Amino acid sequence: MIAPLKKFFGLTHGHKRWDWADILSYIYLFLGIIIMFGPVLWTVMSSFKTPGGIEEFPPTFLPLAQITIPVEGYEEPLPLFDVTFEDGSIKRLAQVRRVGPQSQLIDPENPTGELYKVSIQQRQPVRKLSFAWSNYLDPLQRFNFLRYFRNSLIVTVAATLLTLIINSMAAFALSKYQFKGRNAIFLIMLSTLMVPLSVILVPVFVVIYQIGWLNTLWGVIIPGAATPTGVFLLRQYMLTIPDDLLASARIDGASEWRIYWQIILPLAAPAMAVLAIFSVMWRWNDFLWPFLVLSKNELFTLQVGLNSFQGELNTDWNYILAMTVLTLLPITLVFAVLQLFITSGIATTGIK
Amino acid sequence: MNLFSKFLSRLSEALIGFFDVFFSRLQGLIGLKNMAYIFVLPNLLIFSVFILLPVFLNFYISFTGGTNILPQDRLFVGLSNYQQIFDCDDFFKTSTCSEDIFWRAVANTAKFSIFQVSLMVLFSVMTALVLNSKVGARAFFRSVFFYPVLLSPVVVALVWRWILQRNGLLNAILMDLGLDRIVWLSESNWAFFWIIFITIWAHMGFYTLILLAGLQAIPASLYEASNIDGASRWQAFWHITLPMLMPTMLVVLILSLIRAVQTFDEVFIFTRGGPGSATTLMVQYIYETGLADLATRRFGLASAASVILGIALLIFTLIQLSLGRNSENTSG
Repeated sequence: MIAPLKKFFGLTHGHKRWDWADILSYIYLFLGIIIMFGPVLWTVMSSFKTPGGIEEFPPTFLPLAQITIPVEGYEEPLPLFDVTFEDGSIKRLAQVRRVGPQSQLIDPENPTGELYKVSIQQRQPVRKLSFAWSNYLDPLQRFNFLRYFRNSLIVTVAATLLTLIINSMAAFALSKYQFKGRNAIFLIMLSTLMVPLSVILVPVFVVIYQIGWLNTLWGVIIPGAATPTGVFLLRQYMLTIPDDLLASARIDGASEWRIYWQIILPLAAPAMAVLAIFSVMWRWNDFLWPFLVLSKNELFTLQVGLNSFQGELNTDWNYILAMTVLTLLPITLVFAVLQLFITSGIATTGIK
Repeated sequence: MNLFSKFLSRLSEALIGFFDVFFSRLQGLIGLKNMAYIFVLPNLLIFSVFILLPVFLNFYISFTGGTNILPQDRLFVGLSNYQQIFDCDDFFKTSTCSEDIFWRAVANTAKFSIFQVSLMVLFSVMTALVLNSKVGARAFFRSVFFYPVLLSPVVVALVWRWILQRNGLLNAILMDLGLDRIVWLSESNWAFFWIIFITIWAHMGFYTLILLAGLQAIPASLYEASNIDGASRWQAFWHITLPMLMPTMLVVLILSLIRAVQTFDEVFIFTRGGPGSATTLMVQYIYETGLADLATRRFGLASAASVILGIALLIFTLIQLSLGRNSENTSG
């Protein structure tokens, strides 16, 4: 039993035996799984609960719903309970009504028979696993959820394409040309790495207002496209492309545009891929910028829509949770596929 | 399918050709060297309008008053916004200030940043050390700690609100242990604890990765040498790992401090700054003063507060730069 486990975890620290440090390490890591994954898993499981299951306290991990059965003589299906009597026997009964701390139940097989009156402590609801898909389907119809999804998709795709194109063009100029003002431009860009949006909230709002981009998706897509981070990342990469390649292409008569498009871009593909993934994550998760620019419901992105959701539907947790799961799902899938790429990308570039 | 891919390649060729004709003409007109300006232009334009211009506009707006949006319509009022912010009888009692919410937000932000950053660096270093020891399934555990970094602030806030709500998981666990139920986000101290907790939860994976890269850059030969010299594992940690990791730790410290000072969205969605103003941070003050309420927009005051926040961030950044230079000098 122990041997295969040891093999799985490997012998640690180069020692032959496990020692206290290894044991502590694994305790730490497994606590880590619970704290880091647990809350999301809990949210996913809860999102399948019926409104009744959501209200239940203490909550269950699995989405359980009480079984109800139709009983002759009653219009509504009645909820099933297991009732423990004083003599220790247990009977499966259907509840007709509840009067304060007392519950009145009948035998569903014999609806006209004896009416049992027991304390509510004596009964246990009979439950089965059931997934309330309506939590997911209702909001799709009743709220603008599909539209939010579409807006988020448009913003993410358009902004990422724009970011890739203009950042790579700028990086090309800054890495492969000598021109007046090059260092000045580069320095100014670098220094604004230190200017976060939170510091220029008011003037950015004023600028977008003046251009007339309030309540347009343009106002969300364009301003963030000129990321200094992206230019810096791509420039560092393009510096490693030998200048001779460009020189010989020029001798062959290629225009500068063709050099950019057919030599620089393919060679910079790895760096472009890193930037593309980051851009998708930034844009999909972005809250502050769309929150400032968009105040019309039909233009909301998922993040802004979800935020307004929780304001309006403060008690409808089943819908809020389902929408939360749909919002985190795409990024989680991307991460599941590209996790090694993303984590090593961040470790080497230091950007997020 | 084949037809479709053929169509796509034709289309992209046509597009390149079209751009090529256009850019070649341009190149003939302005010369090869000046094409560089054309390439930086789109980026520079967007960048100037949405980052550079706002930086200067911020200063200007902070010297103006009134509720007009357009800068040209605004009244120049000199330093009066700053005077209003600094109008305090006693700087150690926020309630004696005319703009007391600003100072409460400053105090909250300072308290938040100190606790959040120190605890987050502590946990990130611990996690990085554990992940760097020869544990099995390391890539998996690394992803586990990193996963919350990818969640959006809205998702982070909602997931934790669900766990902390009155009938939530945490209260169920508490009552199972025989303790009393706590309405977490309605009690100032608990709400403050939880905004620190959830921001650490959401961001520590990022710093853990950076620290892990720092740990892996320490040459293994150092440890082999210390092993031969009979050093204990503790001595190796104290005399090799810690000093070698110090530069990375400083970078992480300053980076996370810069982030912590501008925390907004997670906390805003999580507690709305409440209860009362117990968890209102500086950026939320700026947002609420300048942008939230359309009727009482106080752009000037919000801009003045942004300028003060910007100066604080600039100081941290300069410290980071000088630290970076120092560590380069000392490590040769």
